[in-house]
Amino acid sequence: SAKIVVHLHPASSNKEPGPFQSSKYSYIKLSFKEHGQIEFYRRLSEEITQRRWENMPTGQTIQVNKDPQAGRTRAVGIVGIERKLEEKRRETDKNISEAFEDLSKLMEKAKEMVELSKSIANKIKEKQGDITEDETIRFKSYLLSMGIANPVTRETYGSGTHYHMQLAKQLAGILQTPLEERGGIMSLTEVYCLVNRARGLELLSPEDLVNACKMLESLKLPLRLRIFDSGVMVIELQSHNEEEMVASALETVSEKGSLTADEFAKLVGMSVLLAKERLLLAEKMGHLCRDDSVEGLRFYPNLFLTQS
Amino acid sequence: LLQAKYKERGTVLAEDQLAQMSKQLDMFKTNLEEFASKHKQEIRKNPEFRVQFQDMCATIGVDPLASGKGFWSEMLGVGDFYYELGVQIIEVCLALKHRNGGLITLEELHQQVLKGRGKFAQDVSQDDLLRAIKKLKVLGNGFGIIPVGGTYLIQSVPAELNMDHTVVLQLAEKKGYVTVSEIRSSLKWETERAKQVLEHLLKEGMAWLDMQAAGEPQYWLPALFTELYSQEITPEEAKEAIP
Repeated sequence: SAKIVVHLHPASSNKEPGPFQSSKYSYIKLSFKEHGQIEFYRRLSEEITQRRWENMPTGQTIQVNKDPQAGRTRAVGIVGIERKLEEKRRETDKNISEAFEDLSKLMEKAKEMVELSKSIANKIKEKQGDITEDETIRFKSYLLSMGIANPVTRETYGSGTHYHMQLAKQLAGILQTPLEERGGIMSLTEVYCLVNRARGLELLSPEDLVNACKMLESLKLPLRLRIFDSGVMVIELQSHNEEEMVASALETVSEKGSLTADEFAKLVGMSVLLAKERLLLAEKMGHLCRDDSVEGLRFYPNLFLTQS
Repeated sequence: LLQAKYKERGTVLAEDQLAQMSKQLDMFKTNLEEFASKHKQEIRKNPEFRVQFQDMCATIGVDPLASGKGFWSEMLGVGDFYYELGVQIIEVCLALKHRNGGLITLEELHQQVLKGRGKFAQDVSQDDLLRAIKKLKVLGNGFGIIPVGGTYLIQSVPAELNMDHTVVLQLAEKKGYVTVSEIRSSLKWETERAKQVLEHLLKEGMAWLDMQAAGEPQYWLPALFTELYSQEITPEEAKEAIP
């Protein structure tokens, strides 16, 4: 990195006391790790020529003046700089400890809310059917606001509040075109990234997304959530029929003799994740057989079925 | 009649409590707003404070990241910070998946995420990454956190990794590779068991086989190649990351 070396004159005999009485070095080295040296050199040269510090009204002695209005410390010289740093440190510490204090108080109040919600949940559990659905929904939305897990179902998702219903409808609108562009199916992680990148602010949490998607089918929206055996979650267009896609996958594999998930993905223009799921589904339906070796997982048409 | 009366009482009590909760919620919202106006910056700028905040929430049974619609997220802005981080984590993992089979060390993930965020973005700690990843699990993509030798391996594919696989990964962490003999001597396993585990890792693309090593074949884990760490994500890889 760039360096500027500043050579110092020997100390004058009437030098004021400072942090150090003497040093074995006669220079200081300034290192610039991320640029700035040009501008700095210019200003340094200027100041060394002008020597404005020799004409400062506070003069030779190091004084610490308290500005009564601002309550700040005005200081000159290295000791002054040190004092300012120390004050900044103290203030930062004070900020942090104040923040912690305030945080603790806040948490106490939050804890009360958690206790109250547990009590309500117990009542709901005991009196199944005596609490109106409206009140249950209200309760769930309170839990959502506080970030408290639903004490009855023990899930933090699957909460089904009005918010999630609205979100589900929004998603149906947003995802229609992207889904069509991608062959009718997208993984939930793809959806998460797509939606949040589009939003920029007020992003969805992963749980918000899952909760909303769980309501798609019951709200009769043109999309649905599907969970494969592997646990992979996807959103499909209602019009999309994965089982039909399996038939065309079988054709593709037959044409090539055999395919791995990677190869199939490249051929068809799908993500490897979804390609694998399709091939696995085809296998589950009996159309494909696997050859599982260290070279990878390869799928063949199931000749046992077709040629028996 | 007595039964009915008791039942009625019970319902009334629950309704009362709901009304009480609603009031307390409004008050809490005000308290939180006040807290946010004074300390929102602290959360944004100070990773240690974020850790404290999260730990305190966990202690009392509150998840500030459960929903973007929650008070915490809306008023403190913690939500957006972690959900955006989630997107960045997914992108890095997707881009590098073909290199490492879906396993990456927390260090490398951290480096790549920081690079992607740029010089002027808010600082992100490893703890922040772990919290974001824990939230991503719910998306069903196989996100997982595997402790190895003092740090963590982050899994981002739905491959099944059981205790046997994990233990071998931990063994491999020291040198970046492992052999059947090492597994046999350290873990006291039969050859067959060791081979099964290694073959599974090979199939998943998480391990590479070096048959030309002196002595016996070595099974290397790309996720643990420290030399590859600062390798840039190529444009082709970046394209793979954005579906």
